[in-house]
Amino acid sequence: MNIVVWLRQTFDTEAKIVLDSEGKIDPSGVSLIINPYDEFAIEEGIKLKEQFGGEVTVVALGGSHVSEALRCALAMGADKAVALQESALEGSDEFVTANVLAEVIKTLPYDIILTGRVAIDEQSSQVAIRLAEILGVDSVSSVLSLEINENVAIVTHDIDGGYEVIEVTLPAVLTAQKGLNEPRYPSVAGIMKAKKKELKILSLADLGISPAAIGQTGAKMKLASFSLPPQRQAGRRIFGEPEQTAAELVQVLLAEAKVI
Amino acid sequence: MANDIFVILEHTNGQLRKVSLELLSEGRRLADRTGEVVSAVLLGTGVGELIPVVAAYGADQVILAEAPALENYSTGAYTSVLNKVIREHQPKLVLLGHTVLGKDLAPRLAQRLGVGLVSDCVGMEQDDNYFVKFTRPIYAGKAFSHIHTEVTPIITTIRPNTFTLADPAQDRSAKVIETAVNIDPADLRAIIREVVRAASSRPELTDANIIVSAGRGIKSAENFRVVDELADVLGAAVGASRAAVDSGYREYKYQVGQTGKTVSPTLYIACGISGAIQHLAGMGSSKVIVAINKDPEANIFAVADYGIVGDLFEIVPLLTHEFKQRLA
Ligand SMILES: Cc1cc2nc3c(=O)[nH]c(=O)nc-3n(C[C@H](O)[C@H](O)[C@H](O)COP(=O)(O)OP(=O)(O)OC[C@H]3O[C@@H](n4cnc5c(N)ncnc54)[C@H](O)[C@@H]3O)c2cc1C
Ligand SMILES: Nc1ncnc2c1ncn2[C@@H]1O[C@H](COP(=O)(O)O)[C@@H](O)[C@H]1O
Repeated sequence: MNIVVWLRQTFDTEAKIVLDSEGKIDPSGVSLIINPYDEFAIEEGIKLKEQFGGEVTVVALGGSHVSEALRCALAMGADKAVALQESALEGSDEFVTANVLAEVIKTLPYDIILTGRVAIDEQSSQVAIRLAEILGVDSVSSVLSLEINENVAIVTHDIDGGYEVIEVTLPAVLTAQKGLNEPRYPSVAGIMKAKKKELKILSLADLGISPAAIGQTGAKMKLASFSLPPQRQAGRRIFGEPEQTAAELVQVLLAEAKVI
Repeated sequence: MANDIFVILEHTNGQLRKVSLELLSEGRRLADRTGEVVSAVLLGTGVGELIPVVAAYGADQVILAEAPALENYSTGAYTSVLNKVIREHQPKLVLLGHTVLGKDLAPRLAQRLGVGLVSDCVGMEQDDNYFVKFTRPIYAGKAFSHIHTEVTPIITTIRPNTFTLADPAQDRSAKVIETAVNIDPADLRAIIREVVRAASSRPELTDANIIVSAGRGIKSAENFRVVDELADVLGAAVGASRAAVDSGYREYKYQVGQTGKTVSPTLYIACGISGAIQHLAGMGSSKVIVAINKDPEANIFAVADYGIVGDLFEIVPLLTHEFKQRLA
């Protein structure tokens, strides 16, 4: 089975966000991690390989650091990695990112494509579904469990207020939700092996993509600016015996804050 | 141009989702300023009885697509029908809720139409020509990006609780446009085997006006009962921190935070939650935050509008008791 996993590098969740002198998100000093939902996708890919044989290829687009994230996935047990490292991708919207990722995918054999349910930095949850549409295949969002029978995937996934079991024909795109599995840590042996695995670096020219098609020029959405939320202020402490504090809180919520 | 604003409605068990009503309310407000038409798009089977409600919340017309294939949501069938309806009517703006369904449907639709999508939008501002500026939270609410587009239709998924509900006007009526449903067989490949919805009298976490949440301080799954009881008195939803979820006190679907649900209720009551940056990211846009924590130094107090330093097992039952009496 040919398994392709997409992986996005994101800011560490501990990161405080600050804007630089141009008003853009400042990445300096921020450590980078693999998008947490993509870890579930990598783990599921490796498990499928263990069950059915085949190969796991991890793919990432981004700046010069994405190879670190890819090496980590290789150390977990993925077989090959493909990176498109182009600073010109900055400012791309989901339409552009999906089109570029689709061009990468077209160079690879695939039976199943696994991604995260959402990237926790830009939180768009669009790219994987757009890719499925470009490739003309089915997609299932927010997958909780997966069973494969020949060329059919039986998938349990989130719906509003519950879950649904759905059957799709491969190839298909599945986006991973927490609960799908427990991602493994790379072992020391895995880290050693990863150094010898193939990490292919592609350029836009390799894919025949014109620079005008990417970044803000190719995007449908124009980025106007960034801002930071207003700082919340610590409000009022309510002191006293438990009975008093509870009664006072109820009183202020009903009468002063009027939120109930 | 007619049909300027489209609202794609969501419903379960014969009821419209609250976020759909919020979108109709905002659509109406925009249209009242610009003279545009608000069209609600309603897909399903036997959904005609929802039309008076849709009209009362502000739709001028309802585009109705009824077919057995539309009884349950499926990506393929819904995309197919909406793609056709949008190409036919050429709306400028298409509003959906940023719900599990909206997150699945909107990107498919946008890609099929070859347009952009502003997802998880929390603000829409209109300039002299058109409402082109959208605000969306990034990094789980630690920042916002402001974006615009000139390409129409502009599709956007709006976070629940972003727009206030209008008072329904029962005397309004809407013109009904029935649409013939012809779905491409290629869009019906996926087979739905089972749909399970937990019977819950509680509101959905992301829709709720009030959320009562507990963290590691709750110490066990059984103890969550004290939080459930307070939630029931308030008609609130229940949430949890990741520490509570990872300790097995509550299922993941209750998790609030950077890797859980992002919520913005009117009132968020945090019990035994320390206020880690990843938790604050998911609930920091709540209107009023209440913290109950026995550690006076807990970070949650730095963002709470009202704070009680104390034992949640003492305070929360007292709150339940007090609210019961006051709200009776
Ligand atoms: C990649 C990543 C993603 C994450 N995503 C999330 C996320 O989505 N959501 C999230 O919540 N966290 C997330 N976290 C975890 C986060 O960093 C914190 O560990 C977590 O929020 C702590 O939960 P807590 O406040 O319940 O527990 P603790 O930090 O252990 O706090 C428990 C609090 O309860 C108080 N307490 C104890 N007993 C009582 C009592 N009887 N009465 C009153 N107060 C009491 C204590 O004083 C303490 O303040 C993430 C972490 C990482 C690394
Ligand atoms: N630049 C990228 N490179 C590789 N994969 C990506 C990239 N952006 C998004 N993805 C994948 O798409 C998923 C959803 O991302 P998004 O649609 O941006 O929320 C992520 O979890 C990744 O698996």
